[in-house]
Amino acid sequence: MAVATPTVDERLARVGVLDRLLVRPELGAVLGALVVFTFFSVFTDQFLSPAGAATWLDDASTLGIMAVGVAMLMIGGEFDLSAGVMTASTALVTAILATQLGLNVWLALGGSLLFALAVGAFNGFVVMRTGLPSFIVTLGMFLALQGLNLGVTRLFTGSVQVSGISSVDGYESAGFLFASTVQIGSMTLQVSVLWWLLVAGVATWVLLRTRFGNWIFAVGGSVTSARQVGVPVMRTKILLFMTTAFAAWVVGSINILRFTTVQANQGIGLELQFIVAAVVGGCLLTGGFGSAIGAAIGALIFGMTRQGIVFARWDTDWFMLFLGVMLLAAVLVNNAFRRKAERVRR
Amino acid sequence: MGSNRSATPRPAGGRVLLAAVAAGTLALAACSGPGATDAGGGGGQQPGGSGELRVAVISHGTPGDAFWNVVKNGAETAGKELGVQVDYNAAGDPSAQAKLIDNAVAQKVGGLVVSMANPDALRDSIRKAADSGIPVITINSGEKRSAEFGAITHVGQSEEVAGERAGENLKQSGRTKLLCIIHEAGNVALNERCDGARRSFGDVQNLQVDISNPTDVQARIKGALQSDSSIDAVLTLNPQVAANAVSAVRESGSQAKVATFDLNSDVVSFIKSGQLEFALDQQQYLQGYLPVTFLKLFRDNANTVGGGKPVLTGPQIVDKSNVDKVGSFAERGTR
Repeated sequence: MAVATPTVDERLARVGVLDRLLVRPELGAVLGALVVFTFFSVFTDQFLSPAGAATWLDDASTLGIMAVGVAMLMIGGEFDLSAGVMTASTALVTAILATQLGLNVWLALGGSLLFALAVGAFNGFVVMRTGLPSFIVTLGMFLALQGLNLGVTRLFTGSVQVSGISSVDGYESAGFLFASTVQIGSMTLQVSVLWWLLVAGVATWVLLRTRFGNWIFAVGGSVTSARQVGVPVMRTKILLFMTTAFAAWVVGSINILRFTTVQANQGIGLELQFIVAAVVGGCLLTGGFGSAIGAAIGALIFGMTRQGIVFARWDTDWFMLFLGVMLLAAVLVNNAFRRKAERVRR
Repeated sequence: MGSNRSATPRPAGGRVLLAAVAAGTLALAACSGPGATDAGGGGGQQPGGSGELRVAVISHGTPGDAFWNVVKNGAETAGKELGVQVDYNAAGDPSAQAKLIDNAVAQKVGGLVVSMANPDALRDSIRKAADSGIPVITINSGEKRSAEFGAITHVGQSEEVAGERAGENLKQSGRTKLLCIIHEAGNVALNERCDGARRSFGDVQNLQVDISNPTDVQARIKGALQSDSSIDAVLTLNPQVAANAVSAVRESGSQAKVATFDLNSDVVSFIKSGQLEFALDQQQYLQGYLPVTFLKLFRDNANTVGGGKPVLTGPQIVDKSNVDKVGSFAERGTR
C-alpha cells in the first residue's frame, strides 16, 4: 500500500517564536518586571540613578537567592516554610560559633553550613519517610527553629542578639566573599547581587541542562510516574530540601557578615515572601512547572516595588495592599499564558 | 507532567554560565571588602543650604503599631508647622531598615531621623549618610552608639533609667516580687528596661510573651500569677500588654499591682479607675517632633541642642494626679 503524504510527528512540529515565548513560565514575571521598572523610572527621579538602582538590586538580591532555592523545591512538588527562619538560624550559628566559642569565621561558616544541610536533610527525610505533607513538616521546623534561635541565643549571650563578629579572626577575608561591595561605574553594588545572579544561573543550568533537573520536574509532576521510570524520588527530594537550606545558609552568611549582628527573631514571615516571588516567577503550587530565572525576576519585582514605593514617596501604609494586588495579577497573567501555552503544545 | 524544557538542547548554556562566572570573578577583582571594627564617626555634615527641607524618618516599628503612630504624628505635625517635607517609613527587620536608609541617601534627603533598635546592623548605612553630608539624628533607641556613628544628636529615653524609675516607684509602694513582661523576643531595649527595674527593685522575674497574640499574652500572665502567688507587682512594657495584664490580674484573683511603660487611651482609663498604678510615658511624640525641628534649626541656624548630648524625652510618670490632663491628649494621638 502506498503512503501519500506522511504527516509530521506533532513533537517535531515547528513552533513559532511567539508561541515558544509563551510557553516560558517566566514570561509573566518578565512583563511584570518591565511594567514596574518603567513605572517607577518614569514617575520617580531617583529610581534610575546609580545609587537608587543599587538600593533595589540590593533589596532584591537576598530575597532572590532564597526565591531560587524555594522555586526549585516547589518545582519538585514541596514547600519549605522553615526557609525564612533558617536565614536567621544559620546567621546565629555562625555568630555564636565565632564570637562565643572563639572559632575562626571560616570554621564558623563551615559549622553553620553543616547545620543547614542537616536541617534540610532532616526536613526531606521526614517528609519522604512519613508521607506527611511538607507544609506540615516544615511548619513544625519553622516553629522549632524559632524557639531554638531564641533559646540558644539567650543561653550563650544572655541577650537576644549576637554581635561582635567583626573582631574575630577571618572576618575580613570571609566578608570579602559575602559582604563586600563592587564598584561598577558610579554604582556601588553589594556583592549579594552577584551571588543572586550566580545562584539563578547555576539553578537554571541544573534545571534545564542536567539529569538532576529532569528528575526535579519529574518528581514534581507526578511522583508515581517518576518512580515508575526509575527516578530516585527520595534522593531527589531530600537534595532539594538541602538546596533550600543551602540558599538559607548563603543568605544568613551575607546578613551576618554585612550587618555584623543578628537578632534572634529575624527571618520570621520571610518564607511567604520567597513563595510569593517564586509564584510570581511562574512556579505552580502543585509542582512540576516553573523556572529559577522566573523566581529571580519575581524577587526583582518585589525589590523594585518595595524601594520604588519609597522613592515615589507614597505612604507605605499601603505597601501590603499593593503587594497583594500584584501577586494576584501576576498569577492571573501566568495562568492565562499557561492556558494559551497548553493549546500551543497540543 | 508539564515541563518547560525546550525541545532542542543547545550547548550554549554551559558557555553562558562560564562567561557569567568569569565576569563575576573579574568584577570581584575590583571590589572592596567590609572593614573590621573601627571607631570614629563620619564627618562632613555641614549646615547650610536653602529651599524646602526634606527629612526622612525611618523607624523600626511595624506598620500599624500604636506607639510609632504617635511618633509619626509628631514628625508630620512638626513638618507642617515648619514647612518641612517629612517622609515616614518603617521596617522591623534591621536589614530592611538599613536598605530604607540607603534609599533615603540615594534620594539625597536633607536630613535623616533613625531609630536604632539594632545599631550594629545600621552602622554602615548611617555612616554612609553622614559621610555624604546628610545630618542624622537618632531617636528612641541606640543612644550609646549615636555619636560614634556620626549623628548630630540623639532624642529618646534611657531605657535603664526608666526601668530603674519604675522599679523604685513600685518598691516605695511596698511591693516585694515583680513580674516583668517582655513582649518582643529579640528587642534589646525591653531587656534593658527589665534589667533597670531589677537593679532598683531586687526580686524581678521576666516573662516572655508574643504581642501579636493577645489571647496568649493574657493566658500566660494569668498562668504566671496563678503558679506563684507571691508575685505582687506586674510591669508591662507596652500599653496593649498592660490591658492584657489588668484582665489577667482580675481573672486570676491576684492582688498584684500593675504598672506599665507608655500610654494609650485604655491605660488612661485604667489609671483613672485605679486598676493601673502608673504609666512611664516616654512622650514619644517629642521623638518625632523634636528631630524635625532640630534638623530645620541645624540647617537654617547651625544649632545643635545641648552640644550633641542626648536629649531625654522621658520618663514622665502619669498617675492619678495628672491623668485627666494627659488623657485628653492620648485620645487625639499625640501622647
